[in-house]
Amino acid sequence: MKQGIASIMRAAKAADKKTFENGWNKSKKFLLGRQGNDGIVFKLVVYALLISIGFVYLYPIFYMISQSLKSLQDLLDPTVLWLPKSLHLDNYIRAWHVLDFPRAFGASLLNSVLPAIAQTVSCALVGYGFARFRFPGKNVMLALILLTFIIPVQVVMIPLFLLFQQYGLLGSPLPFIVPALFAGGIKSALFILIYLQFFKTVPKALEESAQIDGAGAFKTFFRIILPISVPAIVVVFLFSLVWHWNETYTTSLYLGESMRTLPLKLQSFDLAYSQTYSSSNVGMDAVNINESIKLAGTMLIILPLLTLYLFAQRWFVEVIDKTGITGE
Amino acid sequence: MLLRLIRKRREMFTGYLFVLPWIIGFLLFMAYPIYFSLNMSFNRVLITSEGINTTFVAWDNFKYAFLSDPQYVEELVVFIQQVVFIIPIVVIFSMLVALLINQPIRFKGLFRGIFFLPVVITSGEVVKELFSQGATSIPIVERYGIVQFLEANFSSTWSEPIITVIQQLIIILWYSGVQILIFLAGLQKVNSQIYEAASIDGASPWEIFWKITLPSIKPFILVNIVYTTVDLFTNALNGVIGLIKEHMFKLNTGFGYATALAWIYFAIIFVILLLVVLIFSRNEDYNPRKAGR
Repeated sequence: MKQGIASIMRAAKAADKKTFENGWNKSKKFLLGRQGNDGIVFKLVVYALLISIGFVYLYPIFYMISQSLKSLQDLLDPTVLWLPKSLHLDNYIRAWHVLDFPRAFGASLLNSVLPAIAQTVSCALVGYGFARFRFPGKNVMLALILLTFIIPVQVVMIPLFLLFQQYGLLGSPLPFIVPALFAGGIKSALFILIYLQFFKTVPKALEESAQIDGAGAFKTFFRIILPISVPAIVVVFLFSLVWHWNETYTTSLYLGESMRTLPLKLQSFDLAYSQTYSSSNVGMDAVNINESIKLAGTMLIILPLLTLYLFAQRWFVEVIDKTGITGE
Repeated sequence: MLLRLIRKRREMFTGYLFVLPWIIGFLLFMAYPIYFSLNMSFNRVLITSEGINTTFVAWDNFKYAFLSDPQYVEELVVFIQQVVFIIPIVVIFSMLVALLINQPIRFKGLFRGIFFLPVVITSGEVVKELFSQGATSIPIVERYGIVQFLEANFSSTWSEPIITVIQQLIIILWYSGVQILIFLAGLQKVNSQIYEAASIDGASPWEIFWKITLPSIKPFILVNIVYTTVDLFTNALNGVIGLIKEHMFKLNTGFGYATALAWIYFAIIFVILLLVVLIFSRNEDYNPRKAGR
């Protein structure tokens, strides 16, 4: 008798549990999704994370834009946080003059576009050589390429400086262009590896058919391989351009006083400001340098890159994750 | 037989032709300068108007760096402490972002655009400017007194690096753009059938992450650690590199000493990278990426 009641109780409990589980599963399916990553809660968490990280990422840029548009009054007024009371474009005009923008921009272009072109072409050749041909010493060379990647520039900077001095290349963009022509220069190891990885994914049949048609290795490379490698070329070119543009360490050493790129101008911004707006023109222009003007200068320097990024962003992003910057 | 030999020869020859620019460039702009600077590090170098004056001093430069230089070892230790914190932050953060972007979400392009943006603008000068204007620290961190808490509860040797890391958090996160790309590339190469099979077998997303995603992007974690380490060590903003540059143009120590410092620095990077690679390649266990093929 007692046992019977106990078993009935147990059965009832189990049934209860089952109905509860059913309901739970249904709401779980709605909230968490069937696959684990298509439920609403999951989606909300993903978006919340993405938006907040995105904000943190953009914070310095927002800050820079907002600060650079503030007048002195707004800057000192603690109630003005993000939105200046009036757009104070005067900061930009001043920064433009202090940076000597057109000239410095020209210098920056010379020192980034030309080496970038040289590097894009030479690294493609070298990358193709490593990706497609077998020859003795290849592994040693690849190891040396990796080594050049981890050697700090400081180790070779002065010998290079003396070398360039000997051949009278200093004060021109040549110290950047010449090594770039020989697949050297800023982060060239990385570019060679990107190309190498990319060319490995190109099917061999393409080249074989070209070779059957009687094309030599170089003709095949320029006519067949390069045209289908536009993604890799774009990525390498952009990276190279950006890194050359932003370089200040070696540019200041090799260029000296004869040529000042935009980031170098920013380095000496304070001094240049006091020279441009010195006591000689007291009166209207006697505004001391302030944060807003400096940030306006910074903004002017990254503006060309931001514009470039805006247009090239699609390639930059799509391409790398398609080709894969690295292999296994 | 002969034909095959000729073809092999020709392949070799063409291969060398393609790689030739690099060989020349390496010998001229890498090997020679490396030889030159190694040589200099054992010398006392004075650059005068007549030319370069060198006197051989054997290991004196290296001895001086470790035993007498008041700054070098200190800077080095501080920097390595920071690196120990920064590397895990960057790697974990970039993995997280890559995982998030890899989800089926809307505005994928927009989010990707935001996360790769810093790659374009992080240059030494711009970052320095942002630092000095205080645009790089998250205001919330300062407000809730985390810094004071750390100062009160840890000895200053460890709290200082942690505090600098916190104060530079945005910049540190900014340096993870390339790493995010690398992880994304890795994630997209994982065979999607494995995920399907796992979810049919009833694995939860949590389990899938630990048992499938993580092991299959393991090689990319290694790549990222190496990349981050190199990036941090060769970054012109760190104190050790500043010190090396400073010594280059100092009259009493000179270029010879500066190269000695640079070589010690390089040796340390090399040892750290070697350790990382050794630790990571020690247990080559189950790899679903390879199994899936």
